[in-house]
Amino acid sequence: MRYLPLSPADRVEMLGAIGVSSIDDLFVDVPAAARREGVVDLPLHAGELEVEREMSAMAARNRTAGSGPFFCGAGAYRHHVPATVDHIIQRSEFLTSYTPYQPEIAQGTLQVLFEFQTQVAALTGMEVANASMYDGSTACAEAVMMAQRVTRRPRAVMSGGVHPHYVETTRTLAHVAGVDLVVLPPAVDGEAAVLEAIDADTACVVVQTPNVFGTATDVTKIAQAAQAAGALLVVVTTEVVSLGLLKSPGEMGADIVVAEGQSIGNGLNFGGPYVGLFAAKEKFVRQMPGRLCGETVDAEGRRGFVLTLSTREQHIRRDKATSNICTNSGLCALAFSINMTLLGEVGLRKLAALNHERARQLHKALGKIKGVEILTPRFFNEFAIRLPKNAAAMVETLAGNGVIAGVPYSRLDHDAGLDDVLIVAATETTLPEDIAIFAHSLDRVIHA
Amino acid sequence: MRFTKDHEWIEVDGDIATIGITAYAAEQLGDVVFVEVPPVGKAVKQGDGLAVVESVKAASDVYAPISGEVVEANTALGDAPETVNAVPETGGWFAKVKISDPAQIEGLMDRAAYEQYLSTL
Amino acid sequence: MSMHNIGRPTRPDTAGDVTPATLTGGRGLLQDEALLFERDGWDKTGVDLPEAAPADDLGDLVRDEPIGLPGLSEPEAVRHYVRLSQKNHAIDLALYPLGSCTMKHNPRLNEKMARLPGFSDIHPLQPQSTVQGALELMDKLAHWLKTLTGMPAVALSPKAGAHGELCGLLAIRAAHEARGDARKTVLVPTSAHGTNPATAAFVGYQVVEIAQTQDGRVDLADLEAKLGADVAAIMVTNPNTCGLFERDVIEIARLAHAAGAYFYCDGANFNAIVGRVRPGDLGVDAMHINLHKTFSTPHGGGGPGAGPVVLSEALAAFAPAPWVTHTEEGGFHLLEHEVGEAAQAFGRMCAFHGQMGMYVRAYAYMRSHGADGLRQVAEDAVLNANYIKARLSDVMSPAFPNGPCMHEALFDDGWLEGTGITTLDFAKAMIDEGFHPMTMYFPLVVHGAMLIEPTETESKQELDRFIEALRLLAQAAKDGDAERFKGAPFHAPMRRLDETLAARKPRLRWRPVAAEPLAAE
Repeated sequence: MRYLPLSPADRVEMLGAIGVSSIDDLFVDVPAAARREGVVDLPLHAGELEVEREMSAMAARNRTAGSGPFFCGAGAYRHHVPATVDHIIQRSEFLTSYTPYQPEIAQGTLQVLFEFQTQVAALTGMEVANASMYDGSTACAEAVMMAQRVTRRPRAVMSGGVHPHYVETTRTLAHVAGVDLVVLPPAVDGEAAVLEAIDADTACVVVQTPNVFGTATDVTKIAQAAQAAGALLVVVTTEVVSLGLLKSPGEMGADIVVAEGQSIGNGLNFGGPYVGLFAAKEKFVRQMPGRLCGETVDAEGRRGFVLTLSTREQHIRRDKATSNICTNSGLCALAFSINMTLLGEVGLRKLAALNHERARQLHKALGKIKGVEILTPRFFNEFAIRLPKNAAAMVETLAGNGVIAGVPYSRLDHDAGLDDVLIVAATETTLPEDIAIFAHSLDRVIHA
Repeated sequence: MRFTKDHEWIEVDGDIATIGITAYAAEQLGDVVFVEVPPVGKAVKQGDGLAVVESVKAASDVYAPISGEVVEANTALGDAPETVNAVPETGGWFAKVKISDPAQIEGLMDRAAYEQYLSTL
Repeated sequence: MSMHNIGRPTRPDTAGDVTPATLTGGRGLLQDEALLFERDGWDKTGVDLPEAAPADDLGDLVRDEPIGLPGLSEPEAVRHYVRLSQKNHAIDLALYPLGSCTMKHNPRLNEKMARLPGFSDIHPLQPQSTVQGALELMDKLAHWLKTLTGMPAVALSPKAGAHGELCGLLAIRAAHEARGDARKTVLVPTSAHGTNPATAAFVGYQVVEIAQTQDGRVDLADLEAKLGADVAAIMVTNPNTCGLFERDVIEIARLAHAAGAYFYCDGANFNAIVGRVRPGDLGVDAMHINLHKTFSTPHGGGGPGAGPVVLSEALAAFAPAPWVTHTEEGGFHLLEHEVGEAAQAFGRMCAFHGQMGMYVRAYAYMRSHGADGLRQVAEDAVLNANYIKARLSDVMSPAFPNGPCMHEALFDDGWLEGTGITTLDFAKAMIDEGFHPMTMYFPLVVHGAMLIEPTETESKQELDRFIEALRLLAQAAKDGDAERFKGAPFHAPMRRLDETLAARKPRLRWRPVAAEPLAAE
């Protein structure tokens, strides 16, 4: 078998060196009742050709986003990933290396993390960022936990524009952490309702911009109100390309910023692996979850990098840790960083402008259709529309006509009573002809 | 100065006890990188967690040798945690506590007893 | 004759033995690389994009201030990252003996399959009818995980091992709550990995430690004494963190169940028993599986991982959404909302469906090995670890010398006594010999622990090379060659780094304002 270097002769020799006669002698501690002779009931080994055939057949039964008009967003976005990114992340030294616990032989990984942390801080407009989290949704949940630790208050308020999956993920942690999670009803432009919900027990308010309906919001007033009440403002972003056009959460007064970094460097991949970004004000750094990379010097006085402030983490604090997290999203953070380096500020601003322009074209085309009501007042590359019929059913029909029309809100939250709402996104990968086909097909389906 | 088996020291002046960790403890811990001092006003019972001392690879709890209320904390350690390594039994103090039960002090070791105790470790 | 002479030497000059320092500080192939932010020309870009109309519909929301992100052309970017990559050790270079991490070879077929557009260019929320192949893959992976472990259910969504532990404990907590029997304590052996007590505490449980016997196993008497009506679960790693199989595991499960508690098994060491022993046969209620350990998905310098959790019948109903079901028409359906079958799900672990990219890689690996290959994986992993233990036991001190170990061999630092050399020093000297150090100072129950896990993808030649290096180092330590160890590593891209400085004066990002270079105090 191609992944097993030992030959039968090796095995015999090694058993002899150990002083046993068979491999079963090494499994002697397994209780008899648990020993299994033979192999489990699964197919036997297969060569590359056979495995490729089976898996290619499965892959072929999926319709790729690139195969036709495609308008899904709602927390994961189709962007072009430069060829260089995928090439570099497959280098042995990046792909097959471990967490940089031995810094002398991991300066590649560590310097990348230091650059990544700097890029994320700059992008979000914050003072400090960690070396990444699993994804945006778990980062959001961890931010609420952190706010509770910092303020020692029991209550957290989530605005009606936060992605329902992020709400649910946060709810899972809040339930066991004893955080009283108040979730405001879904609202296209409901950030103002947050202001009324802040009280003296509030640890944080969580606001997403652009939100799940695509609405871009100035959260400055919310930041001021929260801080006046001694609470923290957590800002969530699911589309980081927006930060190439819109004011950063840091500039608007956020205390903690969490984001899904998937849009930069990491493809759709059916939902994972993604990369969570986590940034905050420097004064909160000892309460931040996740890994942190810091600068230092070596024995010869040369600058180097190490993982630091480890005493927050599980392997040291054990039951007093800030969270139970062990991994960051290493390779995905690397991909993000490489892509961000290739873009630079100039490229990112262009990319963002292009996304917004495509979305405006989509907005114009759909706005002309009778029966379509545009719900989102200001947007980046995504907005919500109300249809005259059930959105999920229309999406299914349009899929039959070769158009992947977007994400019905009911797919995210099935009992919000918003079954006629569809979330549509456009990116730099959207072609004008895609928009034309979509508009034409939607018009026909509405008036069929 | 009096000592506990957990390597805390207290220095009593009237009804205020200054608390820190001993030179032995500081040496065992290695480089101190951060100290989490208690908030002023916190009430502690003898044996409760009073502070946390962090070295690079470990976080160690410091326990209150006596019961009382925290009246002052050494916030200077925030910028200079190395003080704990340099002068653990003077400048490296963590907190000053107003003593609620003076009888507890009698139960603590004096320096001779503490040194004797160290030799058994 | 016509004389042709190129006029240059063709043999090395072996007379001289002086190594002059270079003039620029350069070191041959090992290139230094400054930070991205320390270059001129921040306004470069390595991406060609068409111009777009300026956004005149967003008013004050537009970002006017500079962001602070430098760019590079493609050639510069490639060079930057390739130079950085050369400072990393990796599995592809040499044996990585990290105990408890299972640093096995990362097959490239995995990478090829994960990049098929049919898997990589699909959105998690496009209509399910358009992604039947993806749902089928998830279903097949679930089938393999359930069959290999002998468990009836699996929650695929956790994004890492620790995330899986959280999922398992949340399911356990939900099960107790559903019975109106909320309990307060979780029992964890003293040898447990830090994520175990961290997770239990996070879920709101008080953690009580169970003692260990002289031969490195859970102390049954202590366990029995601590079990009671208030214990929600026990968390046991098997094989345990000392690399030993818990002989009494079936009794441990029976005792826990009799007290109304659940048995959470940390599956980090599944590589030792995959294909030979099924956790379901041992009485396990929930076990996370690290796909990046046992099932070869790459470590990527720290992630991404994946930690699906297999569940017993008792816990299956509480598994988090989403999961894949079969439709009557022979297709696949992803159950995403907590209705019907999923009504008792405790909630979501994360957005979308989990680490699809890692499922594809793990499935390619499982399909390649097959049932027979996976069984051989466990056998070779255990054989390799025992071979190392046998060939080092005369120069180093095994923590548990009696009886075989499983897939990892644990040594303490008893053999270093009197040398003045610590486990850390020894590990740093290994770097100079070309090897990544083994896991050090874990598990905490063994003094100066050295935990060596070779995995099954090491050849006998590589094992012998590793053993020889350690034997020579051990001898050097005992011969009093302290300098070799105290200042190590000498031959790595960087010398030993000052972690105290990094923790006392945290500098976590590059800053535009010129700061003083850090210096040790």
